[in-house]
Amino acid sequence: MKRSILLALQVLVGLAFLVLWHLLTTIPVIDGKPLLPPFFFSTPLDVLARTAKDFAGTEIWRHLGITLLETVLAFAIGALGGIVVGFAFARRALLAAVFDPYVKAANALPRVVLAPIFALWFGLGIWSKVALGFTLVFFIVFFNVYQGIKEVSPTVLANARMLGMNERQLLRHVYWPAALTWMFSSLHTSVGFALVGAVVGEYLGSAGGLGYKIHEAESVFDVTGVFSGMLILAIFVIVIDTVVTMIENRLLVWRPDTAAKTV
Amino acid sequence: MPSDHSSSSAVTGSSTGPVAFAQPNPAAQAVRFAGLDITFQLQTGGVHRAVSGIDLSVARHEFVAIVGPTGCGKSTLLNAAAGLLKPSAGSVEILGAPLVGLNGKAGYLFQADALMPWKTAIDNVAVALEPQGVKRADALERARVWLGRVGLKSFTDRYPHMLSGGQRKRVALAQMLIRDPQILLMDEPFGPLDAQTRQIMGNLLLSLWSASDGGDRKAVLFVTHDLEEAIALADRVIVMSAGPAAKIVGDFRVELPRPRDIAEIRTEPAFHQIHKAIWASLRVEVQKTYEMSEEARS
Repeated sequence: MKRSILLALQVLVGLAFLVLWHLLTTIPVIDGKPLLPPFFFSTPLDVLARTAKDFAGTEIWRHLGITLLETVLAFAIGALGGIVVGFAFARRALLAAVFDPYVKAANALPRVVLAPIFALWFGLGIWSKVALGFTLVFFIVFFNVYQGIKEVSPTVLANARMLGMNERQLLRHVYWPAALTWMFSSLHTSVGFALVGAVVGEYLGSAGGLGYKIHEAESVFDVTGVFSGMLILAIFVIVIDTVVTMIENRLLVWRPDTAAKTV
Repeated sequence: MPSDHSSSSAVTGSSTGPVAFAQPNPAAQAVRFAGLDITFQLQTGGVHRAVSGIDLSVARHEFVAIVGPTGCGKSTLLNAAAGLLKPSAGSVEILGAPLVGLNGKAGYLFQADALMPWKTAIDNVAVALEPQGVKRADALERARVWLGRVGLKSFTDRYPHMLSGGQRKRVALAQMLIRDPQILLMDEPFGPLDAQTRQIMGNLLLSLWSASDGGDRKAVLFVTHDLEEAIALADRVIVMSAGPAAKIVGDFRVELPRPRDIAEIRTEPAFHQIHKAIWASLRVEVQKTYEMSEEARS
């Protein structure tokens, strides 16, 4: 399908949703009241106006900054931990075998239940949110790095060894790029989870960030504020995802396209 | 076993690859299998005896091709010479010294794609010099020269997936040869290529192999299932029996003049005589393998 038609359809769906929402919340139906009371459902124009006002002010940028910092820290520390442990487990079979049940158990645990513990340990500042994001990012990166190293083509590996590479050179030229490929294939997921950790952590207890802002609005029944916070969060996610895609395209140039395209 | 090498213990040096040898004896064979026996432990609990009682010597500067029916353990033999497989019994000697660990004197050309997909053609070739401690700038320069020799001058910055199967083989050839190994091990290297490309690659291999004087020619152990290819390329053709427990059943000298052109040499009467003689021995083994697979099916 042509790109322009696709884009038009995408915009149309969004507009239809907004128009429906607007009609249901503003057109009086019974006793001069709309079907969906604006107190509970707000209206699209109110939400957009609030969002525009927020972006014009200074406070929202502080909240965004806090959430971004937490997300980046959670991702960086989680990815680093996942890479180190993934490498260690993939190269030392005994280590992997011994820790296997514990890794599985830890990964099966719903991370939200850890949030209060982290708040207790690390306080209500950014570090309890970074810790929550870490527990989510770590496992994704860990599993992917582990799998990436395990699934290196035996021929590529044998060839590299026949070229005389020692363990360090194998690590640099074979294992590391293979692990990176897998890690990048899950980059969108892991960055997304870093953000989830930050926002959920803020929501459960903090003094700043997007999660805090949404929680604050909820606690005073400010539905417009809640929706506006969600909208800002969505825009934030799309921006981060675009940046991730750009990094991915830059680093994985060697990867074949799924389908050949003609000019 | 030759007793004229004083020390047989392998010395490990990080810069010269996994295994460095005691001073090689110039008179010794490049590769020598004696009573070689390779048995695999199967997942199901049984064992599979791939090859047994193999005695084979490849002289220095000699081009030896191994032919045999599918699954007869030709590649197993090659992997034993490379040090990728440890023999169950018997010995492998490389240039007069027993092989310990990986064979640092040999280059290996695999049948499957073995290039690092995340490196460009030139990086794939240059990286082969890193274990020898060559500086990166020098390595890149030499890699460029080698890519020119295999006819890929204008493809240096392509990633493997942007190259055709034949071009990838050329890169692999340059990657193997840039290290200047004394022994070349090739496992059906041109198997996946189409007929025309195979001929071109065969001629390229021969021209690179004989580019320098006889004194510098490398010993080659070339595995193939294509008898015509084997005769066209090699000085000697070894015929293996049907597996399991495959043996050597024929050893034929190919007295055809060099330099050869792979496509043209097939039309010569001498070629046909040799082909006829070897095929008589190979046909029996191919027939056996075929009958066995038919039995297994019914």
